[in-house]
Amino acid sequence: MSLIKLTAIEALELMKRGEISADELTRAYLEQMDRREGDLHAYLEISRERALDDAARPGADGGPPLAGLPTGIKDVFCTRGIVTTCASKMLEHYDPVYTATCVQQLIDAGIVILGKTNMDEFAMGSSTENSAFGPTRNPWDLQRVPGGSSGGSAAAVAGGEAIWALGSDTGGSIRQPAALCGVVGFKPTYGSVSRYGMIAFASSFDQAGPITRTVNDAALMMQYLTGKDPLDSTSVEHPHGFSIPVDQDLAGAKIGVITKLVREGTDPDVESAFETAVEAMSAAGAQIGEATLQHLDYALPAYYILAPAEASSNLARFDGVRYGFRAAGAEGITQMYEETRSQGFGDEVKRRIMLGTFALSSGYYEAYYGQAQKVRSLIFQDFERAFAEFDFLISPTTPTPAFELGEKADDPLSMYLSDICTIPVSLAGVPAISIPCGVTLQGLPVGLQIIGPAFSGKRVLQAARSAEIAIGFDKVSPLIEEDV
Amino acid sequence: MSLTHDDVIYVARLARLKFDSRELDRYVEQLSGILDHIDKISELDLSEIEPTSHVLKLSNVFRDDEVRPCLSQDEVLANAPEVEEGAFKVPPILEAEEPEA
Amino acid sequence: MAAGTAYEPVIGLEIHVELSTKSKMFCGCEARFGGIPNTRTCPVCSAQPGALPVINREAIRHIARIALALDCRIAPGSIFHRKNYFYPDLPKGYQISQYDMPFAVEGHLDVTMDGEQHRVGIERVHQEEDTGKNIHAGESGRIAGAIYSLIDFNRCGIPLVEIVTKPDIHSPQVARSFLNKLKNTLQYLDVSDCNMEEGSLRCDANVSVRPAGSDLLGVKTELKNMNSFKHLEKGLAKEIERQIGLLEAGRPVVQQTVHYEVASGEVHPMRSKEYAHDYRYFPEPDLSPLEISQDFVDDVRTGMPELPSVRAARYVTELNLPEYDAEVLTSNRDTSDFFDETLNYFDDQKMLSNWVMGDLGAYLNASGKKLSIETVSPGQADQLCWLSPAGFGEFLAMIKDGEIAAASGKAVLPEMCETGKTAREIVEEKGLAQISDTARIEALIDRVIEANPEQREQYKSGKKQVLGYFVGQVMKESGGRANPRTVNEILREKL
Ligand SMILES: [Mg+2]
Ligand SMILES: [Zn+2]
Repeated sequence: MSLIKLTAIEALELMKRGEISADELTRAYLEQMDRREGDLHAYLEISRERALDDAARPGADGGPPLAGLPTGIKDVFCTRGIVTTCASKMLEHYDPVYTATCVQQLIDAGIVILGKTNMDEFAMGSSTENSAFGPTRNPWDLQRVPGGSSGGSAAAVAGGEAIWALGSDTGGSIRQPAALCGVVGFKPTYGSVSRYGMIAFASSFDQAGPITRTVNDAALMMQYLTGKDPLDSTSVEHPHGFSIPVDQDLAGAKIGVITKLVREGTDPDVESAFETAVEAMSAAGAQIGEATLQHLDYALPAYYILAPAEASSNLARFDGVRYGFRAAGAEGITQMYEETRSQGFGDEVKRRIMLGTFALSSGYYEAYYGQAQKVRSLIFQDFERAFAEFDFLISPTTPTPAFELGEKADDPLSMYLSDICTIPVSLAGVPAISIPCGVTLQGLPVGLQIIGPAFSGKRVLQAARSAEIAIGFDKVSPLIEEDV
Repeated sequence: MSLTHDDVIYVARLARLKFDSRELDRYVEQLSGILDHIDKISELDLSEIEPTSHVLKLSNVFRDDEVRPCLSQDEVLANAPEVEEGAFKVPPILEAEEPEA
Repeated sequence: MAAGTAYEPVIGLEIHVELSTKSKMFCGCEARFGGIPNTRTCPVCSAQPGALPVINREAIRHIARIALALDCRIAPGSIFHRKNYFYPDLPKGYQISQYDMPFAVEGHLDVTMDGEQHRVGIERVHQEEDTGKNIHAGESGRIAGAIYSLIDFNRCGIPLVEIVTKPDIHSPQVARSFLNKLKNTLQYLDVSDCNMEEGSLRCDANVSVRPAGSDLLGVKTELKNMNSFKHLEKGLAKEIERQIGLLEAGRPVVQQTVHYEVASGEVHPMRSKEYAHDYRYFPEPDLSPLEISQDFVDDVRTGMPELPSVRAARYVTELNLPEYDAEVLTSNRDTSDFFDETLNYFDDQKMLSNWVMGDLGAYLNASGKKLSIETVSPGQADQLCWLSPAGFGEFLAMIKDGEIAAASGKAVLPEMCETGKTAREIVEEKGLAQISDTARIEALIDRVIEANPEQREQYKSGKKQVLGYFVGQVMKESGGRANPRTVNEILREKL
């Protein structure tokens, strides 16, 4: 039996039955990391000792509900005892004084932390090439990116370096890398998971969520991630909670295809994988229709005003005073700020800080920030209207499969366009999942995005499980090779 | 819209960033390109539309006025680049840098 | 402007008040100033990555009390904004404040100066948070010439309420009087200790001058760093003088920040800003909006303490005190509470008022101590006077009943305040009990009459006012302890 091909639910079952131990499982993952990390670079920090200690805790096998599950944590989450860098030189040696609420909830549920996964610096990017500590590579093709910003988490899960992982999604950072790595990624409704301790990129968008091998594993992790946190004023008790989906078909489900996201600029292989998946869902009983979101063209521009604006303010605290990098030799405070921030942040982060600062600056606020907030209202209403007609909306998760490293590095706008399908959902704050739905002729995975109304996460996961069965793609782990 | 070099210098100052002349050229070009795309939103007449700051319609989220344990001085200073007498040490602040608060 | 033109100053005040909540505005750290640096911080107020603010409910009740006391209109909906700027005492790189949707607007506070009433409009009242504290190291200890700075975040995040007046003030005296009245009101509300020296009440002023009678507004400057009432008045006077001087010399007033130098009492325009101020306000995405219902406002109103003006009116109508007394007694909440509490033990309100405004007031002024209706502990004795309402009531009753002569009382009261002893203990220790014993008084009188035959003759020949001389002599002989009424009676008989 290959321990690193198990799903979380399977592993729990085996541990409960005493057939495997948490220690064996953890060691199997650490060994796979030894084999694969040199190629993948999915992790920024591997907490080997701590993982083995956690796995050896009394009751680790079959005790707490998630006991013994070897987990990768995106480096955007503060974890006491493990350096947290957000993949930035700015926080290269930052040792957090506290642990993010959602990570603490997983720890309390018994997980084993394998380490902190790589990401685009401060979660800004779609390829994990913006990490200050080197890119992560896609396990399906090492010349290609794993997507981003949760690229490390997605690559770890796809490459057998974690049974599942925690990611964060601002404009698509869970769903897009999950799609490019052929795994499942779920972004819950904004407010479902506490943001306390998750290093902020764009506060009104950021949500933590699971990256897993199956839909059911995502549902399992959500049960322990969600909850109102008194330390996060924007978190709420999820009205319907989460449960493990049952195996059933899609009979009666009204599903709207966001046609605009299928036709414009979509790779033909992606389109055909998507169409095949739609046929399978239709065959499984779903009523398929065409959904129109009137203001879709304005989503990307609005997002690239609002998110950088919030980011420009959220990243002001990285000033070299209290923690993190400080440039040496400054003679006055302003020089210290400017040198520190110019040397400490990477290009993409600086670009977004500039964009956001500009959008908020005197004389431009109304035309940019104010206008973008209004576009956000329109997109929100577009989704409300669509959900009056359909139970779920679907689209490809990304317009193209994984691209090559360096391919979009010098063209920020083309990089931004790779989130074209995920960003509208983020503007509306509604839940969405990406599940694998096929492969291209080159053998690269394609993701299907299923979107539901606010707080319908439980139903989205059920639909995704049904789609997973219908599409027949529920056992993806072609890349997990133990004997490479 | 196209940004000028002066625009970019002004914004960089607000953001406490600093660019050499080559970087400056690059930022002028890239930011102008992105803004050209973004300017699409100005097509819409949104005078009747309310802005959305929060997708969750919450209000009055409060905590009780209770004192909770603090970090120790050592903990809060542990990551500081420079410390003196239990305080964060920074280079001198020039008079002209004072904010209006 | 030609020399000899009369100028009128136009002053608006911006006041920052630190609220006396138990915990900070957005985190659970204790909201108390001072102490060992950086011992009252947490991930939120030291702006660790990923930390988030949560609004302190009590702070919102406090600002509602302030808004109601200033007759403001409380907005049914208000939101927090981020005010973005870089400064080392501002760890997040932004202050959570309010911008175009403040908590309350359009109020006023009336002040009386030399019998004339001045209504000062309140533009807005909004909620924000305090910054940390920079300590400038170097020879001067000031920002100029410092070689580095040290930052302490204990103060960072303490709730602040900003009160902005309309430019309705036209003299430094009215400005001072307004601030005094505001401070008194805030103390009645129990929302802040309003200590200007410690910075829990801070005042900046926008100042301009214009030809008297003109409706135009001149160019204004922002005057900062006045850390006492005296300095506010003095700083304003200096700045007005400076602006008039400029105009008379035909030079323009430049819109800039002007610093008041406490040591020299001079005002200094600051160097102009190297960076433009562009605070890039935007709605705080980490906090939900405030929706203030009428029920909430009514509830706060019901729980409001009696304000000074209401209390003064009560003193006049219910206690029959002169308006002057009512005004003086209520001008300080501690004193007024003490007065009210003492009424439970002593029911001659005018006599009580006289003693509070007279001897007790003099003691408080000289010692710098305050009154408290609570039991004072030894640890508080530096700031609080030991006198209790019950003890004070007993003391006054002893005077009224003739157990102590009023003259002796003047010595007893300060000792009560200093030591916490009762009036009875002090009277006993010092042998100050009043002599009402007729036999002893008669003996004294006999001696005095014997010693002053000349005056006795004068009295007999009809010069009745000599009686006063005799009373004085007897009182002197008794060391002030003889009961003056008994002395009068017996003297009249014997003479
Ligand atoms: Mg303020
Ligand atoms: Zn705190």
